[in-house]
Order: sequence, then structure tokens, then C-alpha cells
Amino acid sequence: MAANLRNQNQLLSKMAIGDGHGENSSYFDGWKAYDKYPYHPEERPDGVIQMGLAENQLCFDLIQDWLMKNPEASICSPDGVLNFKDTAIFSDYHGLPEFREAIAKFMGKVRGDRVKFDPDRIVMSGGATGAQETIAFCLADPGDAFLVPTPYYPGFDRVLTWRTGVQLVPVFCASSNNFKITKSALEAAYGKAQELNIRVKGLLITNPSNPLGTILDRETLKEIVRFINEKNIHLVCDEIYAATVFTNQHNFVSVSEVIEEDTERNRDLIHIVYSLSKDMGLPGFRVGIVYSYNDAVVNCARKMSSFGLVSSQTQHLIAAMLSDDEFVDRFIAKSKELLDKRRKFFTEGLEQVKIDCLNGNASLFKRMDFRRLLKDQSFEAEMELLRVIINEIKLNVSPSSFFHCSEPGWFRVCIANMDDSTMEVDLLRITYFMLQNRYRNKVVKVPTKKQRQQSSLKRSLSRRKMEDFM
Amino acid sequence: MAVKNRKQQLLSGIATNDGHGENSPYFHGWDAYERNRFHPTQNPNGVIQMGLAENQLCFDLMEKWIKENPKAICTPEGVNEFKGIALFDDYHGLMGFREAVAKFMGKVRGNRVTFDPERIVMSGGATGANETIMFCLADPGDAFLVPSPYDPGFDRDLGWRTRAQIVPVNCSSSNDFRLTRAAVQEAYEKALESNINVKGLLLTNPSNPLGTTLERETLKALVTFVNEKNIHLVCDEIYSATTFTPSRFVSVAEVMQEVEHCNPDLIHIIYSLSKDLGLPGFRVGIVYSYNDAVVSCARKMSSFGLVSSQSQHFLAALLSDEEFIDNFLSESSKRLENRYRFLTEGLEKVGVSYVESDAGLFFWMDLRPLLMKQTFDAELELWRVIVDDVKLNISPGYSFHVSEPGWFRVCFANMDNETVEVALNRIQEFVQTRNGTTEASP
Repeated sequence: MAANLRNQNQLLSKMAIGDGHGENSSYFDGWKAYDKYPYHPEERPDGVIQMGLAENQLCFDLIQDWLMKNPEASICSPDGVLNFKDTAIFSDYHGLPEFREAIAKFMGKVRGDRVKFDPDRIVMSGGATGAQETIAFCLADPGDAFLVPTPYYPGFDRVLTWRTGVQLVPVFCASSNNFKITKSALEAAYGKAQELNIRVKGLLITNPSNPLGTILDRETLKEIVRFINEKNIHLVCDEIYAATVFTNQHNFVSVSEVIEEDTERNRDLIHIVYSLSKDMGLPGFRVGIVYSYNDAVVNCARKMSSFGLVSSQTQHLIAAMLSDDEFVDRFIAKSKELLDKRRKFFTEGLEQVKIDCLNGNASLFKRMDFRRLLKDQSFEAEMELLRVIINEIKLNVSPSSFFHCSEPGWFRVCIANMDDSTMEVDLLRITYFMLQNRYRNKVVKVPTKKQRQQSSLKRSLSRRKMEDFM
Repeated sequence: MAVKNRKQQLLSGIATNDGHGENSPYFHGWDAYERNRFHPTQNPNGVIQMGLAENQLCFDLMEKWIKENPKAICTPEGVNEFKGIALFDDYHGLMGFREAVAKFMGKVRGNRVTFDPERIVMSGGATGANETIMFCLADPGDAFLVPSPYDPGFDRDLGWRTRAQIVPVNCSSSNDFRLTRAAVQEAYEKALESNINVKGLLLTNPSNPLGTTLERETLKALVTFVNEKNIHLVCDEIYSATTFTPSRFVSVAEVMQEVEHCNPDLIHIIYSLSKDLGLPGFRVGIVYSYNDAVVSCARKMSSFGLVSSQSQHFLAALLSDEEFIDNFLSESSKRLENRYRFLTEGLEKVGVSYVESDAGLFFWMDLRPLLMKQTFDAELELWRVIVDDVKLNISPGYSFHVSEPGWFRVCFANMDNETVEVALNRIQEFVQTRNGTTEASP
């Protein structure tokens, strides 16, 4: 066995035998529990509910309805088969022109048509995963670094560094100011990298943020653009949650708007990563986009896109769908409406048991504040609480530590990847957990009968069930 | 100049080097074609594309199947699966897809071997598959032996972002470019002398650009060789179903069972549906390894280039239809062979020779007699004449890293019958004019 392992170590690349893929992290314990015993309303009502998956499942009926009315969008239907051959042989890495035009238009609509995107800058990649890696390959050499504000999506550790040899330097953000990205935090991180002789090539921000669900205000974004210009480093904006922003709240400000206003800035430093996986709920279709204002990067990324082009079958479908203006407008509006409704339902339910969430105005998740429930403010205590949540409450949620957050006790909870009744079960379970004795003294002010009557919780729970908890 | 340097420093070394290989003259022909595409009626004097190794001969069969089998997720019959498929981004891939691909790979090899669906790993086309296998097996600076002539895309796929290097094993016309164990041994030893760390040997079988298949004995000798040296064997078998006589294709999957003490951890197959089925747009690349650690690693890397679940679903249905597939494979082989014979017999009539082959979407044509001098410059000159005056985009041997000038790859499966006839006439006329003969026989 040992000899075999030794042999393998010599046979394979360092990349293959290392841990750079990141899959040995305990991030996956909840996933494993879910895979072993997933929730089902009838078959496994005590199964684990998946709240760790940032998926958008709220608008499939709209898409399916559109498909039935537009059969020619599929090259594998009798109505669309005329286009089969031309589409099936199309492997040009520029992508179908109508696909690029439709994506550019969609990206503009998602930003309220406040900016226009150039179809010739739309470059395909293997999902957002492929887009992130491609950008890293284009901008950085092995050993170079990207600054990344914490907390951040754990996938970045693999996607940006595994095969590229690039490293990540965290920009620490704190709950005391709602995890805002400040100039001093940026300077501190940059300075730290310099001390360690690490060459910083860029700053990567996710806006709207994963896992915070917050959007950057215009001033902060402008400050960030000023910072990267001063240091002459790149700014990569992952805007894959752009269409998940609340309605009737502050508009989402994309970096594309900021650089339109701030014409002195060097556009060669600005790049956007996009995808249809979150905004449209189509992760299986692997539609990743690199959009760069730097011609050389567009060129290079396009050549690299050969390693992960979007299937022409999918390009054809998406081109048809996203060219339908009326459908797109309706979809964006409906998606936001349903996300709002879901968020409101969830946060109001949590409020009943005095759980706060980070004040965010976008995304497919909320960040619950469970700091008061920790036996001490340590990551060990957080893991202990996580195990309770997975094994006893049977919810797969994601703790601070997975996102490189500097403070334990925050848990990201995805709320758009299930139907309404499963959402109700989630809330019931969380409520029950909070009302249990061991936590009662710590946090919960049991609502009075009057308060319960007035609460939205009453609307979703029968009175009889509520009495059971008391 | 200072500005350019500053701009270059902004980007990575990979972004500013030539590793993508697109500055090769290979692409001039493409430009010429793009600017002036042949059309039988609308542009009869345009450039005919004979540089594209695509299989377009059997779309009628596929289109008929689609009309008779409406199951795709965007049809009324299939839409109830839409949500599940659209959400499916598990890098293991749909089980039905993996099973169907494994079954198809077995059929293509006459069911003389079976493939395990658990070893089927997706990638972004064969392009992605080749790069992935390199990332798994080689560190920056490590080398793979690759018999030449080889696919120009390998420079990018195998070496650009991986920083691995290619050490060519030169094959020559003296024995019709047949690969021998001796040639591989020589290249291996020379590499070692130059302190190059050789991690493996990469074969393309059937060969691109030759269209030839490896004989059983040669493949056995090579499997034995890699086992002796404890290096990897990567077999790119993406043209496996283009063999004119399927029973004659010998896959490494068969041979490894015949070689005593063959270490399966060294054997890997690259596959794709782009050539065999003619579906390059769907980006279906497959890494199939007999090494569990490589399967595991390649699978994690597949996140960078998964096959669209929409396409996985469609292909799972198509490839599971055994009757359709059996008929498709037999028709495809037949049509490819007919095309090959039509062109090569036509060329023989004007005294042009070629490497006799039994597979592929192309053949390897010998135009050495037409060169002014036996140099690559002369080859390039001849090529420009063929592209610009004869209006055929064929591919010069130079771009395939061949060691002798005067050879050209001619693709024949990406056009209809009418266009092939026009192409043949043009070559015949050109050859006769260049040779100064006046006899013509169509």
C-alpha cells in the first residue's frame, strides 16, 4: 500500500497529489449528511434539508412555459431540427453572434439598461468556475496574488489557485461595519503582501457578495476603482448574482457603470465575470462569461475558452430565450419578486425567535447571526454548533469558517433552492431549535400570545403546532 | 515601446507568449477561406475548406432520429425533465450519459472491450481532455513524447497553460511515417541525455494527420515500452469510429489486456464525440483513465469544462438507441471510405501519391515532386499558391511538425459530393499545369 502510494506520488503531477482542489475540507460534511439522507416531504420528512446550495429554483415555470411556446429554440425538436447541423458543427470560439448579442443585452437589462455591453467582448468559459480560472491565467503568473475581501466563496481557493499557481491574500472585513470593504483594509492587505514579497496583480470582489448577500454602494465601488488605479493592479468583479437584487431597494451598481462615470480610470484594469447559473437558475448549462475592457485579455481569454466553450446547443437555446425582450423583462421582475417574498418570509420567521440576519439586499441566501449561541467566540465552538445544526436540526448550512470570515458565528443559509412548503419546514425546525431549553435562557424571548397572533409565523404554522413548542 | 512593455507586464506570461500557437501560418488558410468561401452556385470561385477535420457525412441520419425521438428537455415530451437537468451540475455527469458513452466506446471497438461508466470523466472537448490529462500527469517542464506529424492544436492543448513540453518522435516517409518502438526509444534516450524529464508518450490512433491506424504488434511494443520505463501512455482515440473497417481498429484498451504485467495506472484514453459523431459544437470531451487517482483528479478538474447538461441529456438518449447507433457507425464508415477512395483514385490518375490509410477524415498527400526545392520555405510557397490561386485550403505539413517538407493534409468529410468533385478537379488541373502535362482525365 505504502509502496503503491509512493509510486503514485512519482507518477502523477504535484497538482494531482496535492490538496489544492480543496475537497478535503469539512465544508463538505453537511453535504455528505445530505447525500446520505436527503429530505423528502413524504419519504424522508426527517431528512437533511439542503440549505448550503446557492441555487435559484424559483422561476422554472416561466422558463418551461416559454420553451413550450418557442419550440424552434431547441435544435433537437422537430421544429428546430433545421438548425441542427449548422449548430452541431459550430465550435468557433467566438461563439454564435446571436448568443453574444443576447447575453450582452441581458447583462444590460439586469443593470436596468444603465450601461451597454459590447457583444464582441463577451467571451465564453466553462461556467463561472472556468471564467474565474481563465481570468487568473490571463492576469497573473504563478506566485502572484489576488487580494480577496473576506468572507469569500470557498470555491475561489481552488478555482483561482489550483492550476494557475496564483495565491489569494485576504482583505479582512468586520461585522462592526457590516463587513464593508474599507480603504484601510485594502491598504493593510496590500501592505502585508508587499512585506512578504508577494506581487499583487489584482483585487477580486464579488458584488453582490457571496456569502454576505450585500451590494456595494457607489462610493465604495468608486473608492475601490481609485485604489486599483493607484496601485496599477487589476479589478475583477464577479457579478454572477447581479439579477438577485431586491426590488424597491438601492439599485445594484455594477463596476461597468462606475467606469462610465469615471472616465479617467484605466479601463485595461477592469474585468467582469458573469454566468447564468445564479441569475437564471441554469447551473447545468455551464454558461460562464469573461467580459474584459482590456483588448489583450479578451483576446487571450477567447483563445483559452477552447478549454471550456458553451455547448452550441445551449448557445442556440439561450440566444433565442434572451433575445425575447418581453420574456426577459418578465423573468427578471418575477424572479426578484419571488426572491423578495422568500427572503421576507424567512427573515420575519427568524425574527420571531430573535435571530438576526445580516442586512443584505441581494442574493439567494441570508446570513444568520448565531454568535450568541456559541459557547465561546471560537471557530471550534462554531464547528460544534454546526454539527448540532446538521445532525440534530438536519439542515445543511455554511458557517463563517468556510468563507474565511474572521469572526465565528455567522451561518449562510440558502433559501431559493426549495419550494414554499420545504421553506416552512426549515423555519419550523429552526424555531423549534431556538425554543429548546438549552438555548432558551441564552436568546429567546418567547413571544406572547398576542405577538404570535400578529406574527407571520402564525400564518404559516398552525396554532396547535406552536402550542407544542411552548 | 515602453507603453507596450507596461501593458505586457500587466498581463501574465501565458497571456503574452505565443503558446496558444495561433500565430502559425496554419491560420492564413483559414483567413483566406473566411474571406472568400466557396459556394457551388453563389461563389463557385471561392476557397474550398479542406483544412477542417470535421465529419459532416451523416447528419441526415441524425436529423431523422431527432424527428422520430422527441425527448429533448425543450420539447413537450421532455420538458418535465427540464428543471432537473438545468440544475444538474454535478461533475460526475449524468449517469445515463456516462453509461451511454461507455457503451458507445465499446461498440466502436466492436465490443471487444467494455468501458466502465465510473471512469468516464467529462472535459471541454478533446481540447480540454488533453489539457486536463497533462495537468494530472506532468509538472511544469516535464515532457511528453509525441510522434510527428501531430495535430497543431497539441502545442496549445498540451503545453500552453500546463507548461509541459512536447518532445517530437520524428517519423519519416521512408516507411510511410510508421511509428516504431525504436524511434520512440531513441527520442526517449535523447531527451534523458538533455536532462528532460519524460513523463509519458502520447499517441493519436487513428493518426491525425496521417489517417493510419497502429498495428497490434506496434501498439503492444509501445505498451511494453512505457511499462519498462514506468512512464504514461495517453492514447488519443478521437477518430476511432472513422475507421473504414471497424474490426481492424486496435485500441489500447484491448492491447493492455494482452501485455503481460501491464500496469493499468499508466494507461489513459482521450475521447470525444466531435469527430466520430460530427458534433464538435457540443464540446463532449472524455478522459478515460485506468488510474483511479487520475480519474479522481481529472473529475475535479472537469468543473472547468463540464459538458452542458442539456447536451448530456440529448446524447444519453441518442447513444442509448442501439439500433440507430449500429446503423450510424456502419453508414459513416462506408461514406467515409467512399469519399477517401474517390479522391485518392482521382489523384492517382494524375500521378499524385499519398500515404495509404484506413481511417480519419483526411489523408496525407505527397506533393514533394511539385516543390521548387525540398525546403519548408518552398512548401510554404507552394501552399500559398494552392490557397490563393487554386483556392483550396489544405494544411501544410509544417504545421504538423513533420520533419520533411512537401506533405499536405487534405480533409474530405466536411463537404457535399458536388464540392468534392470541384475540389478534385482543381487539384488535378493544378498538378497537371505544374507538371507541364496536358493530359486530363477526370
